[in-house]
Amino acid sequence: MDSKALMVAVAAALFGTTLVFAHSFEVGDLAVGHPWARPTAPGATIGAGYLTVTNNGAEADRLIGGSSTAAARVELHTMSMDEGVMKMRAVEGFEIAPGETLTLAPGGNHLMLMDLAGPLVEGASVPATLTFEKAGTVDVELMIEKMPSEGPGSSGEHSGHGGMDHGGH
Amino acid sequence: MDDLRPFLLAGIAVCVAILAGLGLTLLLPAGAPPQAPTAASAPVPIGGPFTLVGGDGLTVTDADFRGRFMLVFFGFTHCPDVCPTALEEMGRTLETLGEDSKRVTPVFISVDPERDTPDMVQDYVAFFDTRIVGLTGSDAQIDAVAKAYKVYHEKVEIEGGYTVDHTALTYLMGPDGTFRQLFRPQETPEERAKAIKAAIAAEPETTPQEGS
Repeated sequence: MDSKALMVAVAAALFGTTLVFAHSFEVGDLAVGHPWARPTAPGATIGAGYLTVTNNGAEADRLIGGSSTAAARVELHTMSMDEGVMKMRAVEGFEIAPGETLTLAPGGNHLMLMDLAGPLVEGASVPATLTFEKAGTVDVELMIEKMPSEGPGSSGEHSGHGGMDHGGH
Repeated sequence: MDDLRPFLLAGIAVCVAILAGLGLTLLLPAGAPPQAPTAASAPVPIGGPFTLVGGDGLTVTDADFRGRFMLVFFGFTHCPDVCPTALEEMGRTLETLGEDSKRVTPVFISVDPERDTPDMVQDYVAFFDTRIVGLTGSDAQIDAVAKAYKVYHEKVEIEGGYTVDHTALTYLMGPDGTFRQLFRPQETPEERAKAIKAAIAAEPETTPQEGS
């Protein structure tokens, strides 16, 4: 963990509750919105992270990777549904066109946290670093929370299952 | 012209089959076609007998669930997104069902018997809802139940391990063990609960006499 990530972690520990309400990060022209991850079952070795990235600049950028102290590796995964069959694949990156928002959400594309150091516990948060092709890296905090059952994420999340519509074959 | 011959032969074969079928129908006593399902209520051949292993390592069969509705989902514990989503929604469906949830057994069947031991599967599903029954089995047992439920599953190598492509539908099975309905991932727990409530209302609970 670099010192910056450590500071974020300490800040998260100290101000955890406030972070829930002011949870966004910026790097260059990119705004990272509400990074979060699901709580994991005991013994689980993998987890999934979600977030949005809005490109407020004039040039396209790409999310090309990430890392976290909570996992040995962070991969970018697509999730598609093809006639009811779930297919998950690692990809090199996700493009974010100018003015567009990349959405990683349940039932769709996600960050895959591989070989977790320990279970992701609801209410906690874990530091992560995202790497963009042009904007560089940004340290974020993944809030560990259950999938929102109500509110804005809810209906969008279900259309987010529409990952099945762009199976990409 | 030679190209047409197979078609011609096939056509003749079809005609013969139809005529034979007609003859058979005429021979059958009227009003007693025992195996002839009507088009509207033809049972969809999804589901059937299975023998699997429960969390305590003991054998579990489809017969153990008879008399109750089953809500069945296939998945694996190393599944980061779809399976947790499905199991969480299964829990919410049960909550939305309220009292009616007592007539439904939620079941999670592993499509990754290589990694998913019985206690792993049980711990995994309990994390989402303690009512969910987690089942795994031998490769042969899992292949058999997947085949019965028309569930596609295939191991796919990824960096540092493998994932399992699999059918991510949820099946509602009736108290007699036969298929009732399937739910697609985009259907909300509320929509599912509504459909399950309707199915339950259509089949009032019988007094548990037949077993004794």
